[in-house]
Amino acid sequence: MRITCPYCGERGNDEFSYLGDASVVRPDPASPNASEAFYDFAYERRNVAGPMQELWYHAAGCHAWLVVTRDTRTHEIFEVKSAQDVALERQKSAGAAQ
Amino acid sequence: MLSSERYSIFSVLAEALRGQTGWKPAWRKATPKPSYDIVIVGGGGHGLATAYYLAKRYGNANVAVVEKGWIGSGNVGRNTTIVRSNYLLPGNIPFYETSMKLWEGLEQDLNYNAMVSQRGVLNLYHSDGQRDAYARRGNAMRLHGIDAELLDHNAVRAMYPWLNYDNARFPIKGGLLQRRGGTVRHDAVAWGYARGADRLGVDIIENAEVTGFRIENGKIAGLETTRGFIGANKVGLAVAGNSSRVAALAGMTLPIESHVLQAFVSEGIKPFIDGVVTFGAGHFYISQSDKGGLVFGGDIDGYNSYAQRGNLPVVEDVLEGGMALMPRIGRVRLLRSWGGIMDMSMDGSPIIDRTPIDGLYFNGGWCYGGFKATPASGLCFAHLLARGEPHEVAKAYRLDRFRTGHMIDEKGMGNQPNLH
Repeated sequence: MRITCPYCGERGNDEFSYLGDASVVRPDPASPNASEAFYDFAYERRNVAGPMQELWYHAAGCHAWLVVTRDTRTHEIFEVKSAQDVALERQKSAGAAQ
Repeated sequence: MLSSERYSIFSVLAEALRGQTGWKPAWRKATPKPSYDIVIVGGGGHGLATAYYLAKRYGNANVAVVEKGWIGSGNVGRNTTIVRSNYLLPGNIPFYETSMKLWEGLEQDLNYNAMVSQRGVLNLYHSDGQRDAYARRGNAMRLHGIDAELLDHNAVRAMYPWLNYDNARFPIKGGLLQRRGGTVRHDAVAWGYARGADRLGVDIIENAEVTGFRIENGKIAGLETTRGFIGANKVGLAVAGNSSRVAALAGMTLPIESHVLQAFVSEGIKPFIDGVVTFGAGHFYISQSDKGGLVFGGDIDGYNSYAQRGNLPVVEDVLEGGMALMPRIGRVRLLRSWGGIMDMSMDGSPIIDRTPIDGLYFNGGWCYGGFKATPASGLCFAHLLARGEPHEVAKAYRLDRFRTGHMIDEKGMGNQPNLH
């Protein structure tokens, strides 16, 4: 499995370390259901069989956090983005929704 | 004429005289009935053991096991066959020791040769700190009446003189030995439990994949399969590796990620490793099968996967561990490598519990310790299904323990499944 880092190019997956599901977002501690939301955030996982957005860290390269869209059934990689860009997009769409 | 139904030296001799014409299939190819009292989803080691103990110990043979492929086609045929009960934490020790005791009587109980071989499991330590940790683990085991011996350098050298003791970075200082640990022929465990359950009246239904659950007023009524609807008063899930996918059909999310673990076997060579040896500085464990192949493995690949195959960096890492520990295997050729899908739970320990859906029970989250747990997992899950309450030795394996803070985290890694 090889991951194409947007900064460094295509590299072997041993250069990267894995955190997990990138769709998991830290909830607002001030929200009324914060306790339940933090339980979901910390422990519950959708554990997708198919294309999944994941957080990878380019530890032996540029030290960037990446959001990799990868099929968990075949290890095929569809898209790699900077995690910062993904977070900014999310903020933007959340702002637009308000 | 002697019957071939019960296996013995006499049935083997009788069949020899009869030209091996009298053997019958070890289990029936059952077709599903409209309904059962209990349906177990998953015809692997755990599901078949559950069905066997339900019929044998809890007197309920109105049971079916549904399996999407053929029985034993998942992790029970993909592991490195090691059994041991060298755990540290109170929630785990009695459970795994129950399993060890069941392994010791398994073949007589099942009338099936599962090649249970208590050849000893030796965990090597390479530093003073690691020795202290192993001494603590050994003491915890002995306090629970489990055998454990802390060996020094010389005692290990007497057992395995050819290990690499003077590795500059990871010298072998000694090991923790559980002599009752060992290996069991993994496929025979599935076949033995299948035969045992079948003979007590359990229906084993292969090629029946679950496609949905029928839930009425919050209670399970049965399940939809590729071989039609099967009614059930109770349903037990024993589908580790695919737990999240099956639970999602019932609308549940689990504290589990699926990860791939690779294993390897070499060409057959003359006997030279008579026990199970594990490297304490990396992650590498090895034993030699009765056919002569070296059977070994290491860590999970570390990312979510349902692929049943891994990637090369972990292959390299495992083989480096092997070469650091026993350089003499360097010229042995690798025969096969393969992957199995593990339910990695959020604390590295399993779950055997009720679910929020009445009549639906869950068994999973085995991480990569599922094979050694097979008999106790079956017994405890059968107890839960039959009695509606957890077995004494499995009561810590609750589904809600993450919510209540009662995690059983042997490695102390927290909620990061790929690190357990």
